[in-house]
Amino acid sequence: MNSLILGSIPKIPLAHWIDSFVDWLVQFTGFFNAITNFIGSINNAFQWVFDIIPIWLFIVLVLALTYYVNRDKQNWGLLIFEFLGLLLIWNLDFWRDMTQTLTLVLTASLIALVIGIPLGILMAKSHTAEIILKPILDFMQTMPAFVYLIPAVALFGIGMVPGIVASVIFAMPPTVRMTNMGIREVPAELIEAADSFGSTEWQKLFKVELPIAKTSLMAGVNQSMMLSLSMVVIASMIGAMGLGTKVYFAVGRNDAGGGFAAGLSIVILAIILDRLTQSLTRTRRKQH
Amino acid sequence: MSTNKSTKVEVKNLTKIFGKRTNKAKELSREGKDKSEILKETGATIGVVDANFKINDGEIFVIMGLSGSGKSTLVRMINRLIEPTDGEVLIDGENLMKMDKKELREVRRKKMSMVFQNFGLLPNRTILENAEYGLEIQGVDKETREKKAMEALDTVSISGYNDEYPDQLSGGMQQRVGLARALANDPEILLMDEAFSALDPLNRTDMQDELLDIQERLHKTIIFISHDLNEALKIGDRIMIMKDAKVIQTGTPEDILTHPANEYVEEFIENVDRSKVLTAGNVMIRPMTINIEKAGPRLTLKMMKANEVSTAYIVDGDRKLLGVVDANDVIKLVRENNRDIKSILQTEVPTTPEDTPIADLMDDISQTGIPFAVVNDKKQLKGIIVRGAVLGALAGNEVSDFE
Repeated sequence: MNSLILGSIPKIPLAHWIDSFVDWLVQFTGFFNAITNFIGSINNAFQWVFDIIPIWLFIVLVLALTYYVNRDKQNWGLLIFEFLGLLLIWNLDFWRDMTQTLTLVLTASLIALVIGIPLGILMAKSHTAEIILKPILDFMQTMPAFVYLIPAVALFGIGMVPGIVASVIFAMPPTVRMTNMGIREVPAELIEAADSFGSTEWQKLFKVELPIAKTSLMAGVNQSMMLSLSMVVIASMIGAMGLGTKVYFAVGRNDAGGGFAAGLSIVILAIILDRLTQSLTRTRRKQH
Repeated sequence: MSTNKSTKVEVKNLTKIFGKRTNKAKELSREGKDKSEILKETGATIGVVDANFKINDGEIFVIMGLSGSGKSTLVRMINRLIEPTDGEVLIDGENLMKMDKKELREVRRKKMSMVFQNFGLLPNRTILENAEYGLEIQGVDKETREKKAMEALDTVSISGYNDEYPDQLSGGMQQRVGLARALANDPEILLMDEAFSALDPLNRTDMQDELLDIQERLHKTIIFISHDLNEALKIGDRIMIMKDAKVIQTGTPEDILTHPANEYVEEFIENVDRSKVLTAGNVMIRPMTINIEKAGPRLTLKMMKANEVSTAYIVDGDRKLLGVVDANDVIKLVRENNRDIKSILQTEVPTTPEDTPIADLMDDISQTGIPFAVVNDKKQLKGIIVRGAVLGALAGNEVSDFE
């Protein structure tokens, strides 16, 4: 009975519509090539820097940076972990893969920041923008990340760039959300204070809202970075090089040891990135 | 007392109604319906309806009412933090409602500053940086604004905390910073929204005194919001009482205490209406007296100078009141080298026995220039009643001697 009724209703050709839409998009080759080149050059710039820095110097720089961001409250355990972890990656011969993954994560996070923070501000300032953006963000984050790979390949070819694009889409929502939330949670009295002294909208944003929303905003950045790191294995399926590729190949070869070694390297990288951005999140005060 | 002063702020028919159907809500309010009825009928919330008042240059004008009376909405309409539904705000005769964003910003930067109930300090900035904020957004260079901010911090007696952060300071100290931030701009008008309400009683009294002290030096026009009648009586040159979005009465503290406009105000001041309980003896203070049998004009003048009074009470050896002398007359006497104080004695001093309730004296106290003398049945001078002490006592403060 049920199947009879359902059978009489024409099937909605959703998949077909989306195909047509992607096909339609593909004709703007020039536009997508420009984006590809742009993202590619950011990626290459990061990669170039990581390639010319000697490994020992890289390790020293990471340790120095960690020491610096924690200068008011030193975390020696983290420093030791970073030192040993990076040595292990070097020893396992995953160094270049690690820098490729790092490049992908940094590029994707950077783009997510540059797009996400203004979107978050817009969302906080405009009720309409919030109503429109909220479901889109939900969609971006809950749609299985694999799905983004297909149009990404169609539009951006294979390699690092489509991987970065898919990562950006998947990783951006926390930055937008947390920026929005941070600004909306600035106490009303502080907004009134800013207004009552005659601040312009920009002064209010940069001198009051963003500094006070900073903690929440940085938590969003941290989440975005972790999410884009979680995309590296998926992105490797469309040719994004790095540790993800090692894991992906290990799966194909049923190589538990190799997969685990590469996976461990991802974990080490994740912990280092997470701790570093978390330290940046903490509000630091002038020393006196 | 305020007739010869110029008007600084004038508010005409100022109305704020939150929500839609504002015209209908206004109509209903004019018909005398109250807030909840109007909310039920129109869905609009009445903030303030038809407020009319003038604030003189250099006075402390207290807007008083319970929560929900519309006082905070009213003060925010004076600098347009809340956009009025209707009406006008004139500052030095200029209509604030006709200003565009830029002009409004200029007024906010140069003419008025606001002090907030919960201080409104930026937690990520140091005390000095907070005090600098108003000048910083005007583009004043670092050196100048630091200098001005430090002066303002000095004015409110809080120096040496420049590099601390707001949460490292007590509430009272934080509000001093809030006040300093407002003063750093050197505004003509200060808007103070329940500025001392978040402080504990001791700090509150302290800040009230500090404000009066500052006002004596700077002569700003201060619009002060309060729900505390004692506070209003203490600091207000004039008080405006609001209830349910409407202005009920405007007047000097004496006016309000002696001629409450209606039952509501009466009820309101009942808590502090000690005038019926307090007697002349309760509020009198010790005057500066001169024993005519011992002192001549020169000593009299010296003592008056030392005590900073312009009127001295002359008594005989038994402390029996003979009259008062005026400083000018004493000076004249000294110049003429005349030793006869009796020749300048003013014998018409209003007197009252110790047990007269203040309520009965109120009218006369506010009219006579010379303070009342309190005498016992032997005509011996026990004390005098000055206006400030009466109001202080009515407001629940201890009466203290100034000798």
